[in-house]
Amino acid sequence: MTKTILTVDDSRTMRDMLMLALKGAGYRVVQAEDGVHGLEVLRAENPDIVITDINMPRMDGFGFIEGMRADPNHKATPVLVLTTESDAAKKQRAREAGATGWIVKPFDPAKLVDAVRRVAA
Amino acid sequence: MSDDPFEAIKVTFFQECSELLGDLETNLLALENGEGDIETINAVFRAVHSVKGGAGAFGLEDLVRFAHVFETLMDELRSGRKECDDVTIKTLLRASDVLADHIGAAQGVAPPVDAARSAGLVAELEVLTHGQAAAAAAAAPVAAAADEDDFGFTPLTLDLADFGAPVELPSLELPSLELPSLDLPDLAALTSAPLAAPSAAGWRIVFRPHPRLYASANDVSLLLRELTRLGQTSVELDASGLPSLEALEAEDAHLIWTIVLTGDVSEAAVRDVFDFVEMDCDLSITALGGAPASVEADLPPLPVLDAAPAEPEFDIAALLAKAAAPVEAPAPAPVVAAPEPAVVAAQAPVAAPAAPAPKPVAPAAPAAAAPSSPAAVAPVTIRVDLDRVDRLINVVGELVIQQAMLAQRVMESGLARSSDIALGLEDLELLTRDIQDSVMAIRAQPVKSVFQRMPRLVREVAEMTGKRVRLVTAGEDTEVDKTVVERLAEPITHMLRNAIDHGLESPEEREAAGKPAEGTVRLAALHRSGRIVIEISDDGKGINRPRVRGIAVDRGLIAEDAVLTDDEVDNLIFLPGFSTAETVTDVSGRGVGMDVVRRSIQALGGRISISSNPGKGSTFTLSLPLTLAVLDGMVVSAAEQTLVAPLSAIVESLTPRVEDIHHVGGHDAVIRFRDEFVPMVDVGRVMGFRDDATTLTGGVVMIVETEAGSRAALLVDAINGQRQVVIKSLETHYRHVDGVSAATILGDGSVALILDIDALVTAGRRKSNRPELKMAS
Repeated sequence: MTKTILTVDDSRTMRDMLMLALKGAGYRVVQAEDGVHGLEVLRAENPDIVITDINMPRMDGFGFIEGMRADPNHKATPVLVLTTESDAAKKQRAREAGATGWIVKPFDPAKLVDAVRRVAA
Repeated sequence: MSDDPFEAIKVTFFQECSELLGDLETNLLALENGEGDIETINAVFRAVHSVKGGAGAFGLEDLVRFAHVFETLMDELRSGRKECDDVTIKTLLRASDVLADHIGAAQGVAPPVDAARSAGLVAELEVLTHGQAAAAAAAAPVAAAADEDDFGFTPLTLDLADFGAPVELPSLELPSLELPSLDLPDLAALTSAPLAAPSAAGWRIVFRPHPRLYASANDVSLLLRELTRLGQTSVELDASGLPSLEALEAEDAHLIWTIVLTGDVSEAAVRDVFDFVEMDCDLSITALGGAPASVEADLPPLPVLDAAPAEPEFDIAALLAKAAAPVEAPAPAPVVAAPEPAVVAAQAPVAAPAAPAPKPVAPAAPAAAAPSSPAAVAPVTIRVDLDRVDRLINVVGELVIQQAMLAQRVMESGLARSSDIALGLEDLELLTRDIQDSVMAIRAQPVKSVFQRMPRLVREVAEMTGKRVRLVTAGEDTEVDKTVVERLAEPITHMLRNAIDHGLESPEEREAAGKPAEGTVRLAALHRSGRIVIEISDDGKGINRPRVRGIAVDRGLIAEDAVLTDDEVDNLIFLPGFSTAETVTDVSGRGVGMDVVRRSIQALGGRISISSNPGKGSTFTLSLPLTLAVLDGMVVSAAEQTLVAPLSAIVESLTPRVEDIHHVGGHDAVIRFRDEFVPMVDVGRVMGFRDDATTLTGGVVMIVETEAGSRAALLVDAINGQRQVVIKSLETHYRHVDGVSAATILGDGSVALILDIDALVTAGRRKSNRPELKMAS
């Protein structure tokens, strides 16, 4: 069955890039523009995998992941964090919030799909 | 737009950039005005961050580098490590200008960035970020850090600190520990089995997940699956730490996995598999070394011992050593992992910890509890291709026409006005009008997008002229048709330049005149009687009327003895050819005079005027129609042709009397209108509908005002009524026709031309009425 991926990013460019790469790899993609929107779409679409940005208005990626992990239905849904920071502190924060892994921007589509495949059951 | 999806995204990226630059400017200005808070700084950070992120994706190196320095300073500000003072904000504003230049250059719509200016700002930003001394030293590493591969690590070093992390202790007390279940002889046998080539190298991986690993939705089976992609694996599970079922906490971790991976695999590749989880597990990766047969012999001094001192409470090495003694209790059977289904089977006990927690959480709670700033609800918008909107507008235009035609047919059929059909048609007409208004509203956009570009312009012009200027804007949310918005930028730019360059005095002059050194320029938009009005006012010296008059006389624009009101003198600056070398400067010059501004405004169906108060300042006022798609028009006929005159141009209509018509110089006819003589334009003749002279009193005269403010009398055969018409471009369907601005389709299905009043009046002067015109007697 086709897996559904939720991408949460406030940048339209980034959403489009993710869409292009993931659709090309055969995934179904649903999108959200920030953390608050992300939680809404999460509940509506029950995605298999989530990819989220960190810096977003209204609710950032950390808040989004915490909100997601507090939802019994999504405790075990893999979340990949998009980060431009090679900074270990950022990753540590994301990990503490419950992120499964991360993707470093800029990503090439192969690297992205590989990271998704690694966490996709 | 290209078919290449990547190129299409690039287009999106630059669109997004221009929006981000707008946000950036707005937020920085809010900070400048002391209206900002931490969220404003965050928003600025996000904007720069997004630009950088996208630029990175498209390999726009220069843009990434500049954005990175900008972002680094924003990060300092938002973390509170650096105070956001006035100097910083001023620098950020200039940095946003350079960022815009970088984006323009990357997009290829602007010239390459002024390298010196960019480097200068980079230096300024770095000084602000790191302090004066550290800036130079820090610059290089900062740039380098950005390029560093995130997946990089130092090979062969086992991060012992990781093992020092709190380890799950409870399992240690469990009696099952006494029964080591690692069946090593079996392991050896299993390991050697798949090893076809005894020389193959490989790795022994001992992996003990922490509860965190499961909590972050990582899955051991997936990690094992990754390892099997690298080479042959055999996997053994030590479930001896597993407590009895009643003591089992679903979210604890009790399992230890030993994977023997054979094949020509680098340690980096193995570590890469555990990249996401290396902080959430105990992991030891050791080279198998030598022939697989030596596995058993090598076991006691396994390098994993090195890790042991870090966590004496849970000594894997000791456990393994114990296990080395052959024990006949193969409790949880070791599992060979090579075939994937087996892995999944072995995974069963592991899956449990990751299962939903026993205590359910209300699904709504996270959203409420989440640390979101209770910002205003974002307007719900959708993005629609402009072509679709235009198509809709076109179709609605057709609907309006069709409705008018239907109404006309019904009228002609002789039905009573009170008949059901006529009443129903009236409702339909109201609905149609509603639909049309709603559709037009879709195209309406706030003028904000144009206003937002102006602060930068003002800063630059102020810098070039050495004046101090504060720009105040008002009415940014005023909406107007998209086409109008787009074409507003140029005239506003020009008038702002003009206001600063010619209107405002230098700080010294201002102080001498008892004014604050900083001049104020106000840019405002408002709706007034169905039009949008843009006002640009300054508190400068006002128009120098004697000088303007002198120039106009010198240029032969007015007679030396012309009697002009103050207003008329002020408006002389709009005359073609007024702009002189004397008044052209770097800033407002560029060889473009106010007459060009006026023409571009007129092309939009607008007007422009100026009022000035010597010593106090000037105000430019331009008014524009809200839309370029519909027009309130007067339907008239001339020489059996139906024409539409824009209602906005018509001052009055009257039936001319013989005694009011005079001939000037035996050529041009003028008509007395109130206390002035107005040149007459015979529309049928000027338009070329007929050649013969006609009586000037047979029809109706419409007094019209041109955009320049002069009046003319259009002579037509009859006035057929006033109505709103849908504007159809004549150029796209036919070709340009002099004196005609567009066409429309009337209720009876016929095409009517919409008159271009200015062009018509100009044409009328050229093709002036002949002396042989017969006067009606």
